Amino acid sequence: MHSIPRLPLAQWTDQLINYLQANWGTSTQAFSNQMESFIKGLQQVLIAIPPELFIIVMAFLAWWLAGRKMAIFSLLGLFFIYNVQLWEVTMETLSMVIASVLLCAVVGIPLGIFSAKNRTAHQLISPVLDFMQTLPAFVYLLPAIPFFGLGVVPGVLTTIIFAMPPVIRLTDLGLRQVPEELIELGKSFGSTFFQMLFKIELPLARATILAGINQCIMLSLSMVVIAAMIGAKGLGGVVWRAIQTLKFGMGFEAGVAIVVIAIILDRITQNLGKNNKKGEI
Amino acid sequence: MPIGLNGHHIFVAMPVMSLHHGLIMATHDLHRMKEGMILAKIEIRNLTKIYGNNVEKALQMLKDGSSNQRIREKTRQVVGVREASFSVDEGECFVIMGLSGSGKSTLLRCINRLIKATEGEILIDGEDVNKMAPRRLEALRQEKMAMVFQRFALLPHRTILDNIAYGLEVQGMRRSERYEKALQALELVGLKGWEDAYPGNLSGGMQQRVGIARALATDPDILLMDEPFSALDPLIRQDMQDELLGIQQKLQKTILFVTHDLDEALKLGDRIALMKDASIVQIGSPEEILLSPASDYVARFVENVNRSRALTASAVMVKPRAVAHPKDGPLTALTFMEKHGLSTLFVTDRSGRLQGYVQAEDASDLVDKGIRELDGIIRDDMPTATPDTMLADILDTLAYCKVPVAVIDEQRKLKGVLVRGSVIAGLAGERRGSHA
Repeated sequence: MHSIPRLPLAQWTDQLINYLQANWGTSTQAFSNQMESFIKGLQQVLIAIPPELFIIVMAFLAWWLAGRKMAIFSLLGLFFIYNVQLWEVTMETLSMVIASVLLCAVVGIPLGIFSAKNRTAHQLISPVLDFMQTLPAFVYLLPAIPFFGLGVVPGVLTTIIFAMPPVIRLTDLGLRQVPEELIELGKSFGSTFFQMLFKIELPLARATILAGINQCIMLSLSMVVIAAMIGAKGLGGVVWRAIQTLKFGMGFEAGVAIVVIAIILDRITQNLGKNNKKGEI
Repeated sequence: MPIGLNGHHIFVAMPVMSLHHGLIMATHDLHRMKEGMILAKIEIRNLTKIYGNNVEKALQMLKDGSSNQRIREKTRQVVGVREASFSVDEGECFVIMGLSGSGKSTLLRCINRLIKATEGEILIDGEDVNKMAPRRLEALRQEKMAMVFQRFALLPHRTILDNIAYGLEVQGMRRSERYEKALQALELVGLKGWEDAYPGNLSGGMQQRVGIARALATDPDILLMDEPFSALDPLIRQDMQDELLGIQQKLQKTILFVTHDLDEALKLGDRIALMKDASIVQIGSPEEILLSPASDYVARFVENVNRSRALTASAVMVKPRAVAHPKDGPLTALTFMEKHGLSTLFVTDRSGRLQGYVQAEDASDLVDKGIRELDGIIRDDMPTATPDTMLADILDTLAYCKVPVAVIDEQRKLKGVLVRGSVIAGLAGERRGSHA
């Protein structure tokens, strides 16, 4: 055992982080500020909406996309959140989820397309995704602080790392599942690369991609809660504070609020892909 | 034109056309090559497709004459199409036929380069598809050719009208214009009123009509049809075949039609290429394939086909053995009949036009009465057929009519006679040689 020297992976990682921080710290801080104003803006918009209006709109949306039972559930659930005075923190959480899902989609869908179209890209991206999904969140949660400071930005960024893989994977999968004959159809009529993509492949992969988005939303929500550890606030912040001060009741209330939001988001977005008036094949 | 000269022409042309169709094609081609002007619509020269990642060695072995199996064992490369050559004329329906795995679909896909041929030339209007730059290839696919697929390949998220308009949309045509053309194509296949439905709402037959309408909408010169009717019920399949023939008569497209169904090939093809183990084993008209199979394989293949749908009257008719002229007396006619053992005799004028027929008992009546002109007893209620008439269409007549069927051309010239014996022999698959 002694003949093989210990691999200094830990030192290397520390050195890399120090190097990156020293050389890129300012630009990451600038990026961080940009992002912070975006998320904060989103937060303010959500908080500015009167809760009563928000609850009613969500209930109708749930009715349209997930049926009457879901509408009643979302009405009662959201009213509960309002009632226990967790409305503002819920909106904070929601704005972080929205920001993270938007970024995941904007980055993840093109990466998924790239991975489906290019063999080498697929072989490179796949193991990276495995890494992103299985590496314990705490391992990259804390190193994010020196780059992006405390608060919502590192929270959202680590959330993105955690929640983006299903978007990439399912976009890739959806495109690969387009029947060969329909690909031949597109080519035989002389479609260009982008015509193939937008007229045939993406529409046919739509349901699968939306399933990826749905998973991304759920993962974002769970990660945003954990990210409260580095100051991301929101419902996770309440839970974190409750644990530290041993106020278990308060923690339970916030926990229930998270569950309510999770169920509503899941059921609504789950049916986005299925709600195809045109009917699947 | 003097009658004699006319007759002379026919005498020379007829045997060549009917017996040596292949010869005529060959001289035709030679003629073309000499002139160097008119090229066939599609010209395939020595097309080979080898699947695999290291085709060089396989290609060399193939050229040295190794069998497909040997090539696969030695190099692990699979031969898809082996040195296929043929040409298709404008307006021709050329059928590529073979069992599954014979390479017919691969061959078809090489023509629009959905599959890139390993070697050989694919000339469309003289331009080699295999050497085209990507942009040029896209333009060719958009404008000159369209494909019809076995499983229809309709886009489930688009309405029928938007499916049909797909090719036009790819060309960048404006919405109103492409809808107008798509509607015309929809009408052509008899699906007017379905434009706002989705493919999922349509039966298989209707879906393939949409597939055909989509291919016709861009008004391409060439239609590539990959087993378009194989996934349909037999009855619907026949309807669709008839409809395709109707459409083809109207539009005169150059069609490459792939099928594994010999009956379908014989019905639709002007010429048929039969494929086996990646090679073309015979090219010829339906009758040539049936009557002079180039190999045992082809012969076994055509053994069980319904010949009445493929054979025409000209293939099984016999020469009228005795023909009377109106000026001949009844005694002459009667002697003819006795000599040849006939009860009926066809009557033609001097230029060979059919006038009618006389029957033995009528003629002997005339002889008894001492009348010397045949005119009075010539009947003209005989069944007739043209040389192109399918046997299936005249079998009924043959079964119930006592008089043989007269085969006449457009000028009513008597070309031959269908008697039961020769027709049955033809249906049973006897070679033409035995009738001569």
